[in-house]
Amino acid sequence: MLDASQNTPGRLIDMKNVGVRRGGRWLVRGIDLCVNAGEIVTLIGPNGSGKSTTARTALGVVKPDEGGVTRKPQLKVGYVPQKLAIDWTLPLSVKRLMTLTENHPAREIEEALEAVGIAHMERAEVQHLSGGEFQRALLARAIIRKPDLLVLDEPVQGVDFTGQVALYRLIKEIRDRTGCGILLISHDLHVVMADTDTVVCLNGHICCRGTPQSVASSAEYLKLFGTRAAETLALYSHHHDHTHLPDGRVRFADGTIAETCSDQDHEHDHHH
Amino acid sequence: MFDDFFTRALVAGIGLALTAGPLGCFIVWRRMAYFGDTMAHSALLGVALAFLFEIDLTLGVFIVAALVSVALLALQKKGGLSTDALLGILSHSTLAIGLVMVAFMTWIRVDLLSFLFGDILAVTTSDIAIIYAGGAVVIGALYFLWRPLLASTVSTELAESEGLKPDLSLFAFKLLMALVIAIAMKLVGILLITSLLIIPAATARRFAATPEQMALTASLLGAGAVTLGLFGSLEYDTPSGPSIVVAALILFILSLVPIRLRRTDPQNSNRREHAK
Repeated sequence: MLDASQNTPGRLIDMKNVGVRRGGRWLVRGIDLCVNAGEIVTLIGPNGSGKSTTARTALGVVKPDEGGVTRKPQLKVGYVPQKLAIDWTLPLSVKRLMTLTENHPAREIEEALEAVGIAHMERAEVQHLSGGEFQRALLARAIIRKPDLLVLDEPVQGVDFTGQVALYRLIKEIRDRTGCGILLISHDLHVVMADTDTVVCLNGHICCRGTPQSVASSAEYLKLFGTRAAETLALYSHHHDHTHLPDGRVRFADGTIAETCSDQDHEHDHHH
Repeated sequence: MFDDFFTRALVAGIGLALTAGPLGCFIVWRRMAYFGDTMAHSALLGVALAFLFEIDLTLGVFIVAALVSVALLALQKKGGLSTDALLGILSHSTLAIGLVMVAFMTWIRVDLLSFLFGDILAVTTSDIAIIYAGGAVVIGALYFLWRPLLASTVSTELAESEGLKPDLSLFAFKLLMALVIAIAMKLVGILLITSLLIIPAATARRFAATPEQMALTASLLGAGAVTLGLFGSLEYDTPSGPSIVVAALILFILSLVPIRLRRTDPQNSNRREHAK
């Protein structure tokens, strides 16, 4: 295991046959997963399929009961956890959130908030942010550490469709700019990130993996999520060709798609 | 007016309040109020055991309070009952065992009320030394624990995945709580300790923009409550411990008033526009 990771310089995390057992039950078992620098790996699966457990095991927060996890030495991780319930009594501004686990100069804080598009909210209290703004703040907090690996546990939860597309684009930009590896968790199958290099479909074990398109058309995936899920996944990845357009247009296009069928999508595309 | 015992009480109470401020903030942020209560109630068992083994009272209380937090951790690991229920069991059973043990030890004459409600007017110079030495230890330790504690208050997993040690720092924090409870018992008594931790911290929330500001404000408000309470008890001849808690409560209620006015100030309404 160690040899393998040493032979691959860009390898950040290498999980071999990992199993986690709680209360006499295997939460996940037989997980083989690796994340390389510059790569986006998306874990999808229904509720309780062990996505978060897998990510936490990769991070080292959960110790595997079988198999092993090899991390790049001195791997720097930026983590966006799934659930954050910050008590109202904690006075925490966006700016203070940025230095939660490490100190950073004010200039870097501004840059990170600028990068995620909430620079104007530096002084706002985190409890006052909307779902999308809060996720952006958490992303900024994670990227300011200049991590080798970003682990994002459902980063678009509680965000509307338009916001989800914008957030996914932001995540891709972060990857493109910093070259970090990204482990992304998603249970919302309507918008699986099309820029993902590898989709890993989990249900206690790995059902299937591959590019978003190949997973969407695989028999295991269809069995797990049904054909409608596959359609929406395909739809989004098709649509993704146009997310590079300026803000207003993309949002308009997404709004249309969310409501109606893919034919209109084609029509709309032809206008461009 | 400044009798010697009164000055000692004032100095001791302010020392305790300054220590309790930052600690109380974490208790409020982490919703550990009931946990603090449980630790405090177990202090009576500590008192009883200290008499039984003829060790220092403060040490006995500290050891039992620390053991209670370990016991809770073990029971939580075992699963089954909720933390809430476990705390209820630990809290009152340790108090009851303490009372029963004291009743059995007929050779010891103790004034139980002084442990339940404290007697700040009876503090000695050596008590003050213990309060300030213990307070320095608590504040010093909190300074080093601040980042992991605060990060894990936001998210334990986030803190752990980014290289901080949330479990270890939380355990250390519980030991600090045990220490403060052991020190505070003589002053305000085990039934009122938690209020001195929680009420100034809750009051400080309204006046603080950062966690650090809130900790400092809680200390100052606590010191203010001690001063007000002690002078009040002198003036109206009321019991000192409860008077301090009442003073803290009055400050808390006063702090509720200006927030309604502040809602209309332009800076805040701007902020809420951003939030949308």
